[in-house]
Amino acid sequence: MCECGNDKAKVSELDAILARHRGEQGSLIPVLQEVQAAQGYISREAIEAVSAALKIPATEIYGVATFYAQFHLTPRGRHVVRVCQGTACHVRGAAKILEAMQKELGIGPGETTEDLRFTLEPVACLGCCGLAPVMMINENTHGRLTPDGIADILAQYE
Amino acid sequence: MEIFRAHVLVCGGTGCTSGGSPRIKALLEEELAKNGLEKEVNLVVTGCHGLCEMGPLVIVYPEGTMYVHVQPEDVSDIVSEHLLKGRIVERLLYKEPVTAERVPHYGDLPFYHKQERLVLRNCGYINPEVIEEYIGRDGYAALAKALAEMTPDEVIQEVLDAGLRGRGGAGFPTGLKWNFCRKAKGEPKYIVCNGDEGDPGAFMDRSILEGDPHRVLEGMAIGAYAIGASKAVIYVRAEYPLAVRRLHLAVKKAEEMGLLGDNILGTDFSLHIDIKEGAGAFVCGEETALLASIMGQRGMPWPRPPFPAVSGLWGKPTNINNVETWANIPDIILRGADWFASMGTEKCKGTKVFALTGNVQNTGLVEVPMGISMREIIYDIGGGVPNGKKFKAVQIGGPSGGCLPESQLDLGVDYESLTGAGAIMGSGGLVVMDEDTCIVDVARFFLSFTRAESCGKCTPCREGIMRMLEILDRISAGEGRMEDLDLLEKTAHIIQDTSLCGLGQTAPNPILSTLRYFRDEYVAHIKDQRCPAGVCTALLTYYIKPELCRGCTACTKVCPTGAITGERKAVHVIDPEKCIKCGACAERCPFDAIVQA
Ligand SMILES: Cc1cc2nc3c(=O)[nH]c(=O)nc-3n(C[C@H](O)[C@H](O)[C@H](O)COP(=O)(O)O)c2cc1C
Ligand code: SF4
Ligand code: SF4
Ligand code: FES
Ligand code: FES
Repeated sequence: MCECGNDKAKVSELDAILARHRGEQGSLIPVLQEVQAAQGYISREAIEAVSAALKIPATEIYGVATFYAQFHLTPRGRHVVRVCQGTACHVRGAAKILEAMQKELGIGPGETTEDLRFTLEPVACLGCCGLAPVMMINENTHGRLTPDGIADILAQYE
Repeated sequence: MEIFRAHVLVCGGTGCTSGGSPRIKALLEEELAKNGLEKEVNLVVTGCHGLCEMGPLVIVYPEGTMYVHVQPEDVSDIVSEHLLKGRIVERLLYKEPVTAERVPHYGDLPFYHKQERLVLRNCGYINPEVIEEYIGRDGYAALAKALAEMTPDEVIQEVLDAGLRGRGGAGFPTGLKWNFCRKAKGEPKYIVCNGDEGDPGAFMDRSILEGDPHRVLEGMAIGAYAIGASKAVIYVRAEYPLAVRRLHLAVKKAEEMGLLGDNILGTDFSLHIDIKEGAGAFVCGEETALLASIMGQRGMPWPRPPFPAVSGLWGKPTNINNVETWANIPDIILRGADWFASMGTEKCKGTKVFALTGNVQNTGLVEVPMGISMREIIYDIGGGVPNGKKFKAVQIGGPSGGCLPESQLDLGVDYESLTGAGAIMGSGGLVVMDEDTCIVDVARFFLSFTRAESCGKCTPCREGIMRMLEILDRISAGEGRMEDLDLLEKTAHIIQDTSLCGLGQTAPNPILSTLRYFRDEYVAHIKDQRCPAGVCTALLTYYIKPELCRGCTACTKVCPTGAITGERKAVHVIDPEKCIKCGACAERCPFDAIVQA
C-alpha cells in the first residue's frame, strides 16, 4: 500500500501538534489526544515520532496508550457509537440496546464495520443517566433508546 | 441596559440538548422575531435543572411557569398564548404522577420541595456562558471578600468552622486538607479540581461544570489564595465535551476580567488554571492516579505517604478537591461558616447533590441537606418506583457502593451512617432498582466494572475481583454451590484489607452488602436453581401455555435450534433440552402464549 503523498500530510500534522506542546510538562496525553483527533487513531509511526520528539521511549508511550480506554491503535470508523452500559442504563435495559446494535451493525463490541462507517464501543457512563438507556454517536447524545429505534438513528450518520 | 418584560429559559444541559432543545431555541428565536417580541422577551440558554427526565424544558419568567417535553410544534403556542396573550399552555405543564394534577410553577414541583439548592442554585437559572450572569448573582463577590478582607489563615479557619467535608467520596475535612498543603514546603504549589466522575450512574459534577462553571473557578481561586498556590489544573472527563468547552470559555472570560490570571483584582495574588481532559480510566478518579495521569503517565495509584499535600504534581505540594467541594466554597466565604453549619447533621454539614436514577419516577439531580432519609429522596422527591412495581434496592456510592434494601431506607444520608450500613457516599449516585432486578446480576454487573477498571498494580484487586466474578458467573449459570457464599465473603474481606487504593478496598462492597441483605436470593439461585427476578437466563425456562397456543407455528420458524414441535392448529411444546433460551419465540408469538418460568 503506497501512501507517500498522504504520509507527508500526516507528518506535518504531527509536527504541528508536537510544536504546540513543545516544552510543556506532562504533554504526552494531550499530544496523543490530539494525534488521535487528527488521524482517527494512533499509528505506529505516530508513536515513533512522538517518542523522538518528547524523548520518551516508545514502549512507555505504548504503555500509556494501552492503559486508557480513549486511545486506539487501529483505524476507527467515521462514526463512533458509544453505547452506555453504566448502572442506570443497565437497570433500564442497556444490554438489549447493545445486543440490538451488534445485530444492526454486524460487529462486536470494540469492532469497526468493514466500510469504516461505524465503530461500536460499550462505555461505562455518559453522564446523562436521566435519559437511560443512552448512547452517544460522535458528540451527539441519544437517550431513551429502544431496540427498535436504533436503525433510524444510525441512518442519520452516513 | 435593556429591560425585558419576560425571560424565556431554554435548558441547554446534556439531557435536554439530546432531546432537541437547540432546535426549540432556534424556533423560539424565529417565533419571537415574527411577533416582534425580540426586544421585550429575553431568551436564555441555561444549564441543567436536574429534571432531565422531563426535557426539553422551557421556563418562562416572571411567572416561573415550567413547560416540559417541549416539542418543535409547541413553540408557536408558547409564544402566541403565553407571551402574547398571557395564557398558560396547560397541556405542556408538568403532570404530577400520582394526582395527575398539572403543576404550573417551577417552585411548586414536589421534585423541588425537599431540596435545598445551594451548589445548584444557578444551574438552570443563568446562562453559563455569560460571566456577567454569574456576577449578577453574587458571583466572585466571595473571592473579592477573601482577597480584600481575609488572610489566608482566616479563609482556612472559615472552611474548617463550616465543617465542609470532601464531596468526592471519602468525606475528609476540606479545611484540614488545605492546611496540610499550606504548611508544606515547596514552590510552586498546585491545586487540582477532580472532575473525573467515572461512577456509572453519576452526573452531578457534569451538571455543575456545565451549568455554573464560574462557581467552581471561584472556589478554586479562593482555595488557591488560602493555600498559597499559583497553579491549578482541572481534570475533566473527555466524555463531557460540553463541560470542557464551557470551562475553557469560563477561564478565558474570567482572565479577561481580571478575576483569574495575573494580579487578580489588582492584588499580587495570581492563579493560572489549566484544563486537562481525562482519557477514560475510572481509577484516575483516585487522587494519586489522577496526578500520575496529569503528568502523562499510566494512571496508577501510588502508596501514600507521601500524600499529595506534601509531594504531588511534579513533586510539589498539591491539594485535590472534588468539583462539588470547590463549588461549596464561595457561599461559605460569602455567607459565613455559621450559616453553612446550620444545615446538615452533627458530623456532616451542608448539602449533597445526588444523581437519582434507575427505576424511579423522577430521575435527575437533587440537592438535599445532609442527613435527609433515603426514603424522602426516593419517594418524596423522586416520586417512587414507576409502573406499579415494587421497590427492591437502592444502590448508593457507585460501582463500589452497596445495595440497601427497603429496611434501610430510613437511614439518614451521611458518610458514617452509609458506611455503617455497608454502602458508601461515594460521589453520590443513587440507583433505584425495582423488583425486576436480580441481585446476583447486579453484583455481577458491578464486579465486571471494577474488574475491567482495576489498574492491575496489586494482586488482590486484580486477581481477587476476577475470582469473585467467576463465582458469581457460576451462580447465575445455576452451577453455584452453597460453599461459594462463604468463599465470596472471605475473598471480599481479603481484597478489602490488602488492596492499595480505594478501588480495590471498596470493590467488594456490592458483594458484601447484597450477601448481607439479599442472601435469600443467592440461595434461590443455588439451591432452588431459580432466579426470582427472572433475569439470569440460564435459570429460566421457556414454556408454551397450552390454553393460549393456537398452533400458528410462528414460533417454530424462529427457533434457531428446532426446539419447538407441534402440528399446525395443535398445541406446541418446547423441548427444554434443545432450548437455548434466546427468547425469540416469545417475542414472535402473536398470542403471548410463550412465557418464562
Ligand atoms: C477508584 C476511585 C475513584 C474515585 N473517583 C473520584 C471521582 O470521580 N471524583 C472525585 O472527586 N473523587 C474521586 N475519588 C476520590 C479522590 O481520590 C479524592 O479523595 C477526592 O478527589 C478528594 O476530593 P474531596 O476531598 O474534595 O472529596 C475516587 C477515589 C477512588 C479510590
Ligand atoms: S487496588 Fe486495584 S486499582 Fe487500586 S492500585 Fe491496586 S490494583 Fe490498582
Ligand atoms: S427460547 Fe429460543 S431456543 Fe428456546 S424454544 Fe424459544 S426460540 Fe427456541
Ligand atoms: S449509566 Fe448510562 S449514562 Fe449514566
Ligand atoms: S438537561 Fe435539562 S434538565 Fe437536565
